[in-house]
Amino acid sequence: MMLKIRNLCASVGGKEILRGVNLDVRAGEVHAIMGPNGSGKSTLAQVLAGRETYDVTGEVLYEGRNLLAMPPEQRAVEGVFLAFQYPVEIPGVGNLYFLRTALNMVRQQRGLEELDAMDFLALAKERMKLVEMDQSFMNRSVNAGFSGGETKRNEILQMAVLEPKLAILDETDSGLDIDALRIVASGVNALRSKERALVVITHYQRLLNYIVPDRVHVMANGRIVRSGDKHLALELEKNGYADFEQDTAGGAFRAAGATS
Amino acid sequence: MSAVQKELREITSREYQYGFVTDLETDEAPRGLNEDVIRLISSKKNEPEWMLDWRLRAYRHFLTLKEPSWQNAHYGPIDYQDIIYYAAPKPKTAGPKSLDEVDPEVVAMFNKLGISLGEQERLSGIAVDAIVDSVSVGTTFKNKLAEVGVIFCSFSEAVQEHPDLVRKYLGSVVPYTDNYFATLNSAVFTDGSFCFIPKGVRCPMELSTYFRINQADTGQFERTLIIAEDDAYVSYLEGCTAPMRDKNQLHAAVVELVALESAQIKYSTVQNWYPGDKDGKGGIYNFVTKRGKCAGANSKISWTQVETGSAITWKYPSVILKGDNSVGEFYSVALTNNRQQADTGTKMIHIGKNTRSTILSKGISAGHGQNTYRGLVKILKSATGARNHSQCDSLLLGSECGAHTFPYIDVGNPTAQVEHEASTSKIGEDQLFYCRQRGIPVEDAASMIVNGFCREVFKELPMEFAVEAQKLLSVSLEGCVG
Repeated sequence: MMLKIRNLCASVGGKEILRGVNLDVRAGEVHAIMGPNGSGKSTLAQVLAGRETYDVTGEVLYEGRNLLAMPPEQRAVEGVFLAFQYPVEIPGVGNLYFLRTALNMVRQQRGLEELDAMDFLALAKERMKLVEMDQSFMNRSVNAGFSGGETKRNEILQMAVLEPKLAILDETDSGLDIDALRIVASGVNALRSKERALVVITHYQRLLNYIVPDRVHVMANGRIVRSGDKHLALELEKNGYADFEQDTAGGAFRAAGATS
Repeated sequence: MSAVQKELREITSREYQYGFVTDLETDEAPRGLNEDVIRLISSKKNEPEWMLDWRLRAYRHFLTLKEPSWQNAHYGPIDYQDIIYYAAPKPKTAGPKSLDEVDPEVVAMFNKLGISLGEQERLSGIAVDAIVDSVSVGTTFKNKLAEVGVIFCSFSEAVQEHPDLVRKYLGSVVPYTDNYFATLNSAVFTDGSFCFIPKGVRCPMELSTYFRINQADTGQFERTLIIAEDDAYVSYLEGCTAPMRDKNQLHAAVVELVALESAQIKYSTVQNWYPGDKDGKGGIYNFVTKRGKCAGANSKISWTQVETGSAITWKYPSVILKGDNSVGEFYSVALTNNRQQADTGTKMIHIGKNTRSTILSKGISAGHGQNTYRGLVKILKSATGARNHSQCDSLLLGSECGAHTFPYIDVGNPTAQVEHEASTSKIGEDQLFYCRQRGIPVEDAASMIVNGFCREVFKELPMEFAVEAQKLLSVSLEGCVG
């Protein structure tokens, strides 16, 4: 098992957001997590990546080891990757330099030699084709002045270069027009492999037309309330999330725009 | 305190690495400030009468002045009678010094600081004037520079060897009446560097001065004078360090630059005086007056400074844009950590037509540091078509530090264009988390973010200095998130 989550709870400032999440993900699988705003999808992604703002209880095993005990940078070099919903700008830090630094941290962990600037450039150029990025991106500062679509493509490029074992994509489709969505999705599909697991968090079904999941889970009020195959996503598209929210215990409806 | 903050605090609590003391035999003046001390300094330097007169006039003027209190920095009273105004390593041999005769202890001290006083070892083509406490202990590449007509020597030597040039330009940009600390400096200055680049000469190597305070209870009052004649060019670097001591030490320097027609002077500083300890005990009071005059048409003066040291920094490297079409630039990174305070910025005085100035200031505050940008852009009535662009950015690390901006704009000509931009941002948990999620440890991430913030200024530094500045910044981020 690549990822095993048991009774994962998370709260911030005494407010419960995750209320007992259980999930199993195997290598090679693609899982979609869907749900309304405020259901805890993004919190789940942040907690798995090691964000320290939350009080966390429960158990998360990654390749059999206690993921929650690792600091974020260790999770990253062990192969856990989060494609951020809102990637931050880092002015003055070159995109290329940033990515090479990150890759060399991962390579160090894997016992590989550091890549020098020339070798790295060759690798980056090759991977940039996956997301149809041109080289001018690499000389700009990390995410500074990028459009919404550009930041998302940049996230997928980083994933393609860092080659994680477990990639979590947090609403990578939000804010994308149809062309950008297609580019991002085909980049993700190119990275599907037997060794790699993907957890795709999305609000809408349309991304799943491009990235076809093995399993679909519905989150509501901090729990996974239903799981199924790809047909579940279509059902949700038709009926919406309202049924699930009423089903759950403590099911006060959360206003859209709360923690998602 | 979150784990990130804790880690940041730990990794950044490195000691000041230049805080050692070298045991040098020293010739000192008695403590205190009076005419006798000034006469003593002057006679030790075997100065001509006019020089002593100038000092005494400055001293008498000083007696009429009050210490300024308008700056955004707070410190206890300075006892000017408890300072030693002259301290010089005793030469081991009498007579004129050559580099070979420099006390091996002094050479060793500079080696420890990473400054080589041997000309052969120096590959990078930088000439160095090394100043310890009150005197210059050696200047490298003097002869080689003399071949192209460049004079590069200690100030004391210039008074002896080139009195006409010194008399002509000393005080021409910063008069002895200028301000409290400049006046004090004029009375008691002990040494410094003198550079003269004759007409049409592009100085073939970077010139630099390295200042080292070594003795306890001394003040350092040096004076630097750089003159670039018509069409001349020089790039000048300045570095400085001091031992760690519990008591504050005063450094009140004056730097004057004169650029004649179409001349260019580029002046870069990496200031790393001892900043005091975590609780603000000790450290250097760095009260400095730096000013350049673009005297000729089409001349250019550019100041670049990286200020990471000192308990208090109080300086405004300025440019008087007198010549038509002259250009003034000010690029600054100032970092305050722990209890450090900096009140720094620039003055751009536009007098000539079509004069242009650029101000780019990056302030970084961490710990309990207080960082103030204070700048004046003054466009005189005569400065038709003058332009200025100012940008002042502040970065806060943690919640107990402060950033302040005081821009003063005074426009006396309706054709002038003046632009001012300012921003304040906080180094975010979001940025740090993003880096860490990509496998970059928190200390590397913090220094990467801060260096990114300063990149536009570092670009202006000579290559070697830029690398040093980046390293310095990483080391100086002590306890940077609290």
